[in-house]
Amino acid sequence: MQIRLERRLLAPGWVRILTSAISLLLALLSIAVAFYIFGLDPLFAYKKIFIGSFGSLYGLSESLVKAIPLLLCGVGLAIAFKAQFWNIGAEGQLLMGALAATWVALFCPIELPSWAMLPVMFIAGFLAGAIWALIPALLRAKLRVNEVITTLMLVYVATEIVNYLVYGPWKGAREWGFPYSDRFPDSAIIPVISGTRIHYPTLILGLVVAVLAYFLLMRTKWGYEIRVTGDNPRAAEYAGIPYLRIALLVMLISGGLAGVAGVGEVAGIHGRLRYPQGISPGYGFTAIIVAWLAQLNPLVVILTSFLFGGLLVGGDALQVSMNLPVPTIQMFNGAILLFLVGGEILLRYRIVIRKGSQT
Amino acid sequence: MLEFLVEALRAAIPAGTPLLFGTLGEIYAERSGILNLGVEGMMIMGAVTGFSVALTTGNPWLGVLAAAIVGGLLSLIHAFVSITLRGNQVVSGLALTMFGVGLSGLLGRRFIGTPLPAQAKLVGIRIPVLSDLPILGPLFFQFDPLVYISILLVPIMWFILYKTKLGISIRSVGEDPATADAMGVNVFGIRYLCTFIGGVLAGVGGAYLSIVYTPSWIEGMTAGAGWIVIALTIFALWSPLRAILGAYLFGGVKVLQYRLQPLGISPNLLNTLPFILTILVLMAATREVMRRRIGAPSALGLPYSREEK
Repeated sequence: MQIRLERRLLAPGWVRILTSAISLLLALLSIAVAFYIFGLDPLFAYKKIFIGSFGSLYGLSESLVKAIPLLLCGVGLAIAFKAQFWNIGAEGQLLMGALAATWVALFCPIELPSWAMLPVMFIAGFLAGAIWALIPALLRAKLRVNEVITTLMLVYVATEIVNYLVYGPWKGAREWGFPYSDRFPDSAIIPVISGTRIHYPTLILGLVVAVLAYFLLMRTKWGYEIRVTGDNPRAAEYAGIPYLRIALLVMLISGGLAGVAGVGEVAGIHGRLRYPQGISPGYGFTAIIVAWLAQLNPLVVILTSFLFGGLLVGGDALQVSMNLPVPTIQMFNGAILLFLVGGEILLRYRIVIRKGSQT
Repeated sequence: MLEFLVEALRAAIPAGTPLLFGTLGEIYAERSGILNLGVEGMMIMGAVTGFSVALTTGNPWLGVLAAAIVGGLLSLIHAFVSITLRGNQVVSGLALTMFGVGLSGLLGRRFIGTPLPAQAKLVGIRIPVLSDLPILGPLFFQFDPLVYISILLVPIMWFILYKTKLGISIRSVGEDPATADAMGVNVFGIRYLCTFIGGVLAGVGGAYLSIVYTPSWIEGMTAGAGWIVIALTIFALWSPLRAILGAYLFGGVKVLQYRLQPLGISPNLLNTLPFILTILVLMAATREVMRRRIGAPSALGLPYSREEK
């Protein structure tokens, strides 16, 4: 008997779904083993995660709350990754969006009418995230500077800028010394579904964006160019698709959407700018997995962002009940992503089993 | 002025040593065609392992050894996913970093706030006579042993890469794996080996942080050093000799941060310096790569399999 791998061009849909599901299961299984080795009961841990996230109405609503930034960032990253542009810096773009929204809400010299406040904040957040993302795009397209490093370095820079502001000039006078800005005026607070923290305008925005992104990618000339650039950069070059335009386009979208996610967090959840980890427990990084698990399909991102929103909520519950440190959830993220990447061999190759001896 | 310079250089070398270890390792991995973005994760796992073993055994060298092993084992995960399973190297490395950062937090929670006892620290060795020389003494002859090991590794790793058969194999696998394969070079073996070397050295670099530089465990203590390593690898133009330059340059920036702080500049803004410098250095290095037409190994980041050409 002989087992070999044969290259295939396009995996059928059921194989794609099955591969993702198996990868996810294997990742959870391996983490269970790790928990067991460290003397933690894995069954208890997973029960905690599941009940904490999807086991109650409160858990479900919180999962949805955390799905909002993941959805916005994840859709953007799906587009960037589709062009093989490795934007690892959504976290920083999110923070810059949060920062811009805070500036509009608290420090804008022009008196905005209250109906204009939120729209202007969202636009400012989009622009700030986009600008933060366009720097690496320009560096990549003009000077061929590796975008993985530049996008990531700008996360650290954004983190320190926000830290500087909340510990320094923007520190609120009425916040008892916490590293928070003052609270936003009421007109700068995104409404929520009562009894929950779901800031529904941002959620609706995210859903609309996911659908639009799908159509952009699959039904428009720009989307076609993005896909060609990602699949075969050389073919794109011969076809006369300018790399500069694609890099700017995908980073404008993915940076901008991450910025919008940042606006949602400060204006929908906290009502003020906080220290960076207080705004985002790494949504920009988790969104990488959200996009990857969705196999870069913006519509599927809706599903995967909710799943990972649940994982974050469950992770919080687990952390509290088992007294685990904050970065533990990153371990889940890393393991899941490793299995997803490893499992992709099944998408690109067919396992062929031949009976009998070698021919 | 001279005294200030000597003092700054003296401080820059230990500050740059974790970066030097990491960069030397990543150079080997990338030379063989494997881009490993998991350096940050392997480094921080090296830091937590090194610290915990040094603390429990009281022997810093056992800590360094354990960190090397853990770094090496983690790199094998990336090697398996990217070499054997031919997965996307960018995403796999990134996942390894997430995994390492998360696991280090879990493993290290017991050690937060525990200082390393004196006998478990690596201290400076004073080379007799030489260490008492003015200026040269403190500048060259009073460091801890790991600093000297890292400096020794530079010519050794350069020599292996450029002057030995193994080195030719490594470089050929990174440039043109199909041809190397046809010439009888074991492409998979070389790639596994180089990725493993990268992991071992990243682990040691992390251990240097937690055993020597800041003898304690602090959550997230690598603080992006692993990513600076990735940039330094490009800055070094994939040559061990230039790695030392870049590592100490960044060590110097770290020292500068401490020096500027008393002047009333916000520490947060000073913290952005190494990251902004990374981007600038990368721009300069990329220009040089393009101008001199030398550069990244041609097969960097591309999986290899025999069936497809």
